Amino acid sequence: MTFISRRDLLKAAAIVPIARGFQSDARPENLTATEMELLEAIVARLIPTDANGPGAKEAHAAHYIDRALGSALAPSLAAYRTGLATLDRYARSLRGASFTQLPPADQDTVLLDVESGAATGFTGSSTSFFNMVLNHTHQGTFGDPYYGGNANFVGWDLIGYPGVRTMVTTTDQKNLEAKTMKPNHKSAYEYEFTKANHHD
Amino acid sequence: MTRLKDTDVVIVGLGAAGGVAALPLAQAGIDVVGLEAGTWLTRRDFAPDELRNNYRGWPQGIQKANHEIPTSRATASSPTAPRGAIHPMQNAVGGTTLHYWAQSWRLNPWDFKVVSETTRRYGGSRIPKGSTVEDWPFGLDELEPYYDKVEYELGVSGQAGNVNGKIDPRGNPFEGSRKRPYPMPALRWTAFIEKMAGAARGLGWNPFPGPAAVNSRSYQNRSACMYHGFCNRGGCHVDAKNSTAVTTIPRAQATGHLKVVTRAHVTTIEADANGHVAGVNYLADGVEYFQPAKVVLLASYTYENVRMLLLSKSKAFPKGLANNRGQVGRHYFSHHMGAGVSALFPFDIGAWYGLPAQGVAVDNWADDNFDHGALDFIGGGNLWVYSDRRPIGAAGMNTFGRAPAWGSAWKAFIKENADRSNAAYIQKSTLPYEDNYLDLDPAVKDPLGYPVCRVTAEYKENERKISAFTQDKMEQWYREAGAIEIQRAPLGGAMGVSTHAYGGTRMGDNAETNVVNRWGFAHDAPNLGVLGASVMGTSGAHNPTLTVQALAWRTAEHLVKNWKNVARPSSY
Repeated sequence: MTFISRRDLLKAAAIVPIARGFQSDARPENLTATEMELLEAIVARLIPTDANGPGAKEAHAAHYIDRALGSALAPSLAAYRTGLATLDRYARSLRGASFTQLPPADQDTVLLDVESGAATGFTGSSTSFFNMVLNHTHQGTFGDPYYGGNANFVGWDLIGYPGVRTMVTTTDQKNLEAKTMKPNHKSAYEYEFTKANHHD
Repeated sequence: MTRLKDTDVVIVGLGAAGGVAALPLAQAGIDVVGLEAGTWLTRRDFAPDELRNNYRGWPQGIQKANHEIPTSRATASSPTAPRGAIHPMQNAVGGTTLHYWAQSWRLNPWDFKVVSETTRRYGGSRIPKGSTVEDWPFGLDELEPYYDKVEYELGVSGQAGNVNGKIDPRGNPFEGSRKRPYPMPALRWTAFIEKMAGAARGLGWNPFPGPAAVNSRSYQNRSACMYHGFCNRGGCHVDAKNSTAVTTIPRAQATGHLKVVTRAHVTTIEADANGHVAGVNYLADGVEYFQPAKVVLLASYTYENVRMLLLSKSKAFPKGLANNRGQVGRHYFSHHMGAGVSALFPFDIGAWYGLPAQGVAVDNWADDNFDHGALDFIGGGNLWVYSDRRPIGAAGMNTFGRAPAWGSAWKAFIKENADRSNAAYIQKSTLPYEDNYLDLDPAVKDPLGYPVCRVTAEYKENERKISAFTQDKMEQWYREAGAIEIQRAPLGGAMGVSTHAYGGTRMGDNAETNVVNRWGFAHDAPNLGVLGASVMGTSGAHNPTLTVQALAWRTAEHLVKNWKNVARPSSY
């Protein structure tokens, strides 16, 4: 048997820090401060903080997107730049103020138009910009915290995902089915065997 | 150009097929050079990381294939569809067997005899118009020993349904006779899979666990499956998935007769004036090499096999290697895996862990396992319910019209329902048609300037009728198990680029309609063998890989037994 023992895992968890820390006052890496503020406001409406707990804001989904726009999502950077600016112009034309200054209900009205394709000023359909942002917001809320989102595992807790494991025994599966499996709050990259493989 | 030392056999691509063929050759003392465009991957590459595996096209290393993504269109007069960002196949030693789902099915006996059996049972007019389908040059009985061989060499878990003609109700009662059971018992079931099996029995159907090239217990000194949930487009961190990279390839290397060359990007196959192939040209780190060989086995993916032949022009083969009769690229089809059915249940189904090869199958509506007399199509689909869920995918779940796609109402919906949905793609048989084909794209080229492959193919009436029929069955099954919402996907139009791509170098006795003979060697280039699903003339309703591997072993064994008749007689 070559899998990693529970003891190794505990040891690894103790010494491997979770993904690079995120400070809420940190400067964005790829977007401008204005773009970042707008993106923060958008993701906070897509997955809002509400009675069902933390949302994309607490998950740091915008931070995830900003960072990824310098690596895996770099081909989308231009689409973000243009799309964010266009969305804000549309908000001003529809509701008379920048998106970030609008009350949540008005922000939702703007986003519904962007989603449906009714929003004007976009290159092509606004729907494709909306879908891109929504997909990346999912990635930043429900992806591995290693990439800077899903902070404190708020995304996984929301949907009841009990966490990345390297071994799920028959008993574990039964516990999952009996709803007695506790979330382990682990990133894939806390496991020893993945450590040589860090990348962005 | 560096001319390398002559070798007996050069294999282009060490994946599912080439990785298997290397073993019987090396064991017979034949010197094999295995050229692989990718590299060795190790368990360090197999992080349980959904974002990387399922959204970012793991692995991020050298991916020759990713520069060669085929273009596609529905028909010759349709516009070309937007090109995919990620090729479905992988370059690495072991190829796509590293990250595939590892379902390891044998074909149904009917799949080998679609024309004759349909004609016998329903009349020849029931073969759909425009289809170029032919019987295989042999039946399941011919392939059975090779299925058996690869099931044991690689390691396949499963429950036999028909051993020497004796039906075992725990297995698939429709499978063809096998000589012995699987080497390992089936993978375990979850409570939800048990529930679905019970529902199928309640409908009078015959549920059974599907076969998988995944260890249900330790096998050949490799670990049993850990069911951790990252098998879908992820490699195995404990080598429990029986990729050729951990089974046949290292075993072939241990004989001393297989030399593995990685990062070798094969560009063309050379042929002499007599129509024999002479070796292959490849690039490695910018240097051009010619590897002469007495036999060439082309073992890349369907699209790349066809493309390589069409790109390899010579005096003897002005339209591309083995293409003097214009058959390369013809008889193309892909498994119809769209047109699925999604279901929502009023309870959690416990699918956060497990693997897509762990599940329950129903074959009552596959192939010719049911009477088509009063129906207006032939063939059918395999119904398959499995355990596979990860968090980003779960968040993107179908909301079944019960919630919008974002906002507080959506959030409340996924909080309650993230573990309550299930989706069946339903694997359905597809036939080849005269106007579905592969060729070279006239405009899109790879970075070396070679045109990429172009897919021109659409699902026809027969395939759409199978879709509608099997969707009814799937809905019935989900409802019987307590589903409260059902959604069906469209019946299917353009085929697009597929992970189950067949044909293009079809196998058959008639050299006018087939590229390779019954042994897998080109009719017109006798020392060129072709491995992979590109030689298959029918798909059946089951995953292709085990059939590809059985055929690869058979072709290699034929070569060993007939070396003098097949190998190039003189040096080039």
